[in-house]
Amino acid sequence: MSEEQKQQVTRRQFLTYTLMGVGGFMAASTVMPMLRMAFDPVLEAKAGGDFIATKIKVDELTDEPVRVDFQFEQEDGWYVSNVTQTAWVYKNENGEIIALSPVCKHLGCNVDWNSNDNYPNMFFCPCHKGLYEKDGTNVPGTPPRGPLDRYKYEVRDGVLYLSRRAEPTGGV
Amino acid sequence: MLNKIYNWIDERLDITPLWRDVADHEVPEHVNPAHHFSAFVYCFGGLTFFVVVIQILSGMFLAMYYVPDIERAWDSVYYLQNQVAYGQIVRGMHHWGASIVIVMMFLHTLRVFFQGAYKKPRELNWIVGVLIFFVMLALGLTGYLLPWDMKALNATKVTLDIVESTPLIGGMLKTLLSGDEYIVGAETLTRFFAIHVFFLPAALLGLIGLHFLMIRKQGISGPL
Repeated sequence: MSEEQKQQVTRRQFLTYTLMGVGGFMAASTVMPMLRMAFDPVLEAKAGGDFIATKIKVDELTDEPVRVDFQFEQEDGWYVSNVTQTAWVYKNENGEIIALSPVCKHLGCNVDWNSNDNYPNMFFCPCHKGLYEKDGTNVPGTPPRGPLDRYKYEVRDGVLYLSRRAEPTGGV
Repeated sequence: MLNKIYNWIDERLDITPLWRDVADHEVPEHVNPAHHFSAFVYCFGGLTFFVVVIQILSGMFLAMYYVPDIERAWDSVYYLQNQVAYGQIVRGMHHWGASIVIVMMFLHTLRVFFQGAYKKPRELNWIVGVLIFFVMLALGLTGYLLPWDMKALNATKVTLDIVESTPLIGGMLKTLLSGDEYIVGAETLTRFFAIHVFFLPAALLGLIGLHFLMIRKQGISGPL
């Protein structure tokens, strides 16, 4: 047998490769659409970015956090609803606006400002006694695993605009 | 009459060897509680399977009334619980069975562990058993959301937080499971429903099949 003939693909090998190729193609073309469908929410382009107007004028803000509720239309797949988001907003000593999410970083209850007599001028979570400083930093030794999330903000014509979702600022 | 039907079928399909292979085997003395009462510990695996069968059956019937939609899920559960004859019983079976199956599985695991029955040549069966354990936990977790009450919602938020804490791919995993980056809502409920009712039971049946196949092939472990 010459060298050339040895390298030839036998009839059996050819059939094996062909069947494997066709079978693989058929399997992939069956499974691929299903997987792409399942992963659609992950691969979907992020909508975000737009800011929502609140009823707060920036001039009214002091160094005391105030509760700001703002609403927007939320699309959850085929389900459209009006949702209300809450932020605790104040101006810090540098005049920057801080807009904190009230959602406790422990298990997701809502924190309240200055609501517990034992912890004046702090954010307190009634569920498991989570504590945060005014700037949202969690107090070590209490359940939360990180500081409160913050909303992004914009000021347009003196009115406070907030992002739809608060983003983590660090910690776990 | 029944005998005649059986013979008629057997004559044509020769089914006797089929079921003999599956069902006709001697129970060794050391696992038979009739011989040694302490052998009842060998029943936990079978009891787990018994409860699984109840779970599948009661789940099938609950699905006749349940609607996996955020506006109707709670009402449909309320209706089947309070208006449907024996609905409370069937939902109760599914509810309590979910806990009992975990207890039975745990006792079965303890028996296998303390008797060393997982040792060679049965390591693979132990691994499959652990996979079954995970599938069961996932079934309990996904089923918990379906009534769509506050307890279910908050438990699921915590679950998704845990998923999100996975290194590197946590955010993606969370979105894959809940259907949205931020919202626990309509898409979360349908996903959990599909996983609870189709994906996990299919995985469970496959794994249980393997589990049984291996125990028949290798036989039950010898006496201590």
